[in-house]
Amino acid sequence: MHPAFSVVFFTTATGAGYGLLALLGMLGGFHIIPADFWLGLVGLGLALGLIAAGLLSSTGHLGRPERAWRAFSQWRSSWLSREGVASVITFIPAGLFGIGWVFFGRTGGWVGIAGLLAAIGAVVTVCTTGMIYASLKPIAQWHSRFTLPGYLIFSAMTGSVLLNALCQGFAVGSKMLVAACMLLTLLGWGWKLATWRYNDQLEIPSNANTATGLAGGTVRSLEWPHTEENYLLKEMGFRIARKHSVRLRQIAQVLAFVLPILLLAVTFAPPWPYAAVPSALAAIVQFAGMLVERWLFFAEAKHTVTLYYGR
Amino acid sequence: MTCLPTHTDKKLGLVIDLDTCVGCQACVTACKEWNTGGHMAPLTDIDPYGGHVDGVWFNRVHSYEHTTEMGGRTVNFPRSCLHCETPACVTVCPTGASYKRASDGIVLIDEDKCIGCKLCSWACPYGAREFDTDVGVMKKCTLCVDRIYNDNLAEEDRVPACVAACPTSARHFGDLGDPQSAVSQLVAERGGVDLMPEMGYHPTNKYLPPRAHTQRAASVPAKALEPIRAEGGFLGWVDRMLSN
Repeated sequence: MHPAFSVVFFTTATGAGYGLLALLGMLGGFHIIPADFWLGLVGLGLALGLIAAGLLSSTGHLGRPERAWRAFSQWRSSWLSREGVASVITFIPAGLFGIGWVFFGRTGGWVGIAGLLAAIGAVVTVCTTGMIYASLKPIAQWHSRFTLPGYLIFSAMTGSVLLNALCQGFAVGSKMLVAACMLLTLLGWGWKLATWRYNDQLEIPSNANTATGLAGGTVRSLEWPHTEENYLLKEMGFRIARKHSVRLRQIAQVLAFVLPILLLAVTFAPPWPYAAVPSALAAIVQFAGMLVERWLFFAEAKHTVTLYYGR
Repeated sequence: MTCLPTHTDKKLGLVIDLDTCVGCQACVTACKEWNTGGHMAPLTDIDPYGGHVDGVWFNRVHSYEHTTEMGGRTVNFPRSCLHCETPACVTVCPTGASYKRASDGIVLIDEDKCIGCKLCSWACPYGAREFDTDVGVMKKCTLCVDRIYNDNLAEEDRVPACVAACPTSARHFGDLGDPQSAVSQLVAERGGVDLMPEMGYHPTNKYLPPRAHTQRAASVPAKALEPIRAEGGFLGWVDRMLSN
């Protein structure tokens, strides 16, 4: 599948944004993190900013973005429509939570309830994003049991590492949070490795025989219907050289998992404000790594239409 | 609404005979010619005379080499929308632009509602939908919905343009929901198959596999034009001398 940057950025940014929003909502609502003014302002600002930037970016790949409002109508059947509805609804409790925290300086009572509702909305929205991909049968690498949990784990992982960077920055960090970030990053790494392992051994039920209805023997593409690449090949016939795939997987692992774990480990030792530096670096490096991971998620996915082209 | 109808009165579709298709591309050009002025018009071509030709086509003919223990052969393979009974391209549509008609089962796009998110083309295993980068919306085969019910055409012309154009009658149009229809009979007789049945989309269109290889052809070789053995005698001697 063609890795359009608008969609790669969209899923990475909203994943991190919703993860951060969910954690702020839950941990704030239950008073596990303090109702610090700057943490609330910058944290919720960053979460909602990432979400808004991602959603805006996703409209960049639409052919007719001025009609995007129509996408809220088919929530009965379409995961994309459900994602649109869930993302907009989540803004309501998230906005109330932000107002309560930043302007009234409290995260208890109705503000806490708004925070919990925002957290639920964030989780639901990430689920709908994951299901858009997990529900597509023609792409076996996406239509697997690894896709939806992957989106949730990576959202929690990037969100928690962002939250830790903010808490460390505003001197309200805790060793528990650092440890949780490291565990989530380890979980993300393990999940990604398991996903790649599954995809590499995947036996796709469709082949050139079933695609053409020609039973038995071998079916070899002799001639394409066209001499130049068409929409199908540009959008779904995207191919990545195997050696690049291996190299990119290494880069993704180093940036998204290995370096953040090392940087988070460093965070344990020094006092504030020095601990904020590796924490912030961990968040930035991990975001870059997740962009590479998401690029690979698209680039390595193979659509059945490529069978017709002998690819 | 992008929810699928539980029942369609008819299942209009195509039956394509891979045995007789000669890959002449007549259906391709007839389709383009009709539809670039039809229901989903235009079928935009980008840079048509340049080095990077691209454009929207509803019907594309591939050629394959099918090799079995019986031998090899070239199979020409027209590929277009199969008007599936459970088309995920419709249910994934977030705007309601894609729909399947309850009356005849044809899968269509309302161009005025399409936002061009391309998700439907990802959901189609067969590559039936093509994005028009110029108009910014998705396009697909309409089964010539503007021909088959068109009272302005003579009755024999009320078939999809590809069917009307086919010089070898490799394409057949009819109601595949009616077991008595000519197309259903043809599918039953020739063992018509679904493409990628494992995907579970239940395509309406059926493909008739090429007939089995036979030994009937050319079992008696034609008489040789010249004697194979060299002639003897004087004329044979002359022939040999002159051939040296």
